[in-house]
Amino acid sequence: MSSRIPPEYADTSSWSYHVDEQFYAELARQSALLREDWPEAGVTEIVEAQSFLAREARLIDVGRFNDWLEQFTDDCLYWVPVTAGAGDPTVEVSHAFDDRRRLTDRVYWLRTGLAFSQIPASRTRRVIGNVETTVDPVTGERLVRSNVVVHEFRAGVTKTYPGWYGHVLRQTDDGWRIRLKQVNLLDSDQIHENLTLVF
Amino acid sequence: MTVQRDSMAAAPAQGRTAYAALVREDRVHRTLYTEQRIFDEEMVKVFGGRSWVYLAHESQLPEPNSFRSVRMGLRPVIVTRDRKGDLHAVFNRCSHRAATLCREESGTAKSFQCPYHGWTFRNTGELVGTPWPRGYGESFDKSEHGLHKVARVESYRGFIFGTLNESAPSVVDWLGPAAGWLDYWIDRAPGGEVIVRSAAHRMGYRGNWKLAYDNAGDGYHPAFSHRSLLEMASRMGDSKDMSYFGVSPDEGAMRTYMLGNGHSVIDQRPNYDGPGSFWANQRPQPGRERFEEKIRAEHGADADRLLDLTIGSQINLSIFPNLLVIGNQIQVIEPLGVDRTQLTWNATTVGGVPPEVNTMRMRTQEDFPAFGEPDDQANFEEVQRGLAAPEAEWILMNRGLDVAGWQQVGPDGVVSSAATDELHMRRYYAAWLDMMSEDTAR
Ligand code: FES
Ligand SMILES: [Fe+2]
Repeated sequence: MSSRIPPEYADTSSWSYHVDEQFYAELARQSALLREDWPEAGVTEIVEAQSFLAREARLIDVGRFNDWLEQFTDDCLYWVPVTAGAGDPTVEVSHAFDDRRRLTDRVYWLRTGLAFSQIPASRTRRVIGNVETTVDPVTGERLVRSNVVVHEFRAGVTKTYPGWYGHVLRQTDDGWRIRLKQVNLLDSDQIHENLTLVF
Repeated sequence: MTVQRDSMAAAPAQGRTAYAALVREDRVHRTLYTEQRIFDEEMVKVFGGRSWVYLAHESQLPEPNSFRSVRMGLRPVIVTRDRKGDLHAVFNRCSHRAATLCREESGTAKSFQCPYHGWTFRNTGELVGTPWPRGYGESFDKSEHGLHKVARVESYRGFIFGTLNESAPSVVDWLGPAAGWLDYWIDRAPGGEVIVRSAAHRMGYRGNWKLAYDNAGDGYHPAFSHRSLLEMASRMGDSKDMSYFGVSPDEGAMRTYMLGNGHSVIDQRPNYDGPGSFWANQRPQPGRERFEEKIRAEHGADADRLLDLTIGSQINLSIFPNLLVIGNQIQVIEPLGVDRTQLTWNATTVGGVPPEVNTMRMRTQEDFPAFGEPDDQANFEEVQRGLAAPEAEWILMNRGLDVAGWQQVGPDGVVSSAATDELHMRRYYAAWLDMMSEDTAR
């Protein structure tokens, strides 16, 4: 992946040279893989996946967004599709289609203190379950899917967002890093008020 | 069409509000945003009883017998094409005992069978069959029990409007000078081919529908309301798109134009200079660098045009009461209740361009719904909360009212003013007052 990026564009928090046709093709392949039947995983793999998800969830729920950002790879995607089943992002919009730069923007935006949709800020707490995991036969990356319910309280109102996560995790020297986080909201294509919380 | 044997609509309205007292030259009364009774009357008159209402885009009804479920105010409506492709709109309301007939958002159907007792209607509204018809006496005449039809349906270059008012002017006449602005927006697409995509941002807020209309033509708020976006855009140094709202927006070349019948437009294009300038000023979206390199390498002199096509139109065109053409999106205001509204942002692609242009168009159309509009809608909700104080009765729309030199009449008779003038509100409330003061509902 990174071999395709010319050195002047190597810092993906500032540049986005790598989101090209091949990026979209790989995304479509992994998105389909996240929806297939998988063989049963071993206890160790499942526990590893669970503890990774729990840690990521906690970073978001306590508002440690800079630390959360560090969980992602340089060529990551944080993706909240609109279309049920994820659809085709080359001709459809998403709630979030954040490469590293956009995700850095998002965290920066949340922390400007000027986003009135986050004044007061969302309080969130999420519950994750039904964790499954397998290995991507092409890249060797770890695939994880899980059900999630995000509870949000903001401006006097409590809301609930059910759905499921698809994670693609890559092993690095610092442990697992998120290459893809796909958030599939149950009612992704329907009306939503203020989706500025982090899923 | 259903025969109204006992029409209540013609009965004299009880205790009609003197709306003229609530809409003044410089202010409107809070109850226009808070009272159920006024909302109910708006849903009849403003949303179809008197005026045209935007229903759908033709690309959402791509073939003969296509249909699409929409709302006309609170009325459930099905827009259809018949077998020849002609457009119709009927109430999604069975003439037997009122069940909705069509429960899908879109698809193709020659006829609709009611899931309750099985009455079947053609997609043009005629009743074709009732199960076990011998249960109806001799006086039963199928031709009297078709679906209620939207009296007139007209398309302007793909934009489909409907009205229940038989004597409304044609859509072109009603659009007036707004048609020319719509032409600019449509003709940016090669061959004028605009395609509404199925994935839309359906954003909801807990506030009155007019808050969205007030805001769409409001050049006063961006420098304050969108500070988070402006700040984010300068994360990597130079600030981008919309930063011109931050310098004095009254002094620049950007202006707002009054287009009649409550329509208006803010033209942001004077802030740009020449081909490639929309693209150069856009906040960076995923894939920008590789995309630009490819387009420039493959399309030479045409590259700037293609790059600009991925970016919004730089006009904010408001067509009263429910259509906002902003950026590359077709936004529809859908009132759900007096203090609850859905704002649907329909994303568009265009024909006649390399596929990667439309992909970049998707990325740019995700930007404002994520980092701009939520701050607006947070403010709409806070306006609605503020309106709970009954003693503070008025909402002001007096900016620019007596300011010498702001309002000018162009050679075409169109009045324009500085972008922060609240003239657009004063003008659309005049149209609103006309519609609401008519004596009957139809
Ligand atoms: S309500 Fe439709 S058939 Fe009875
Ligand atoms: Fe705004």
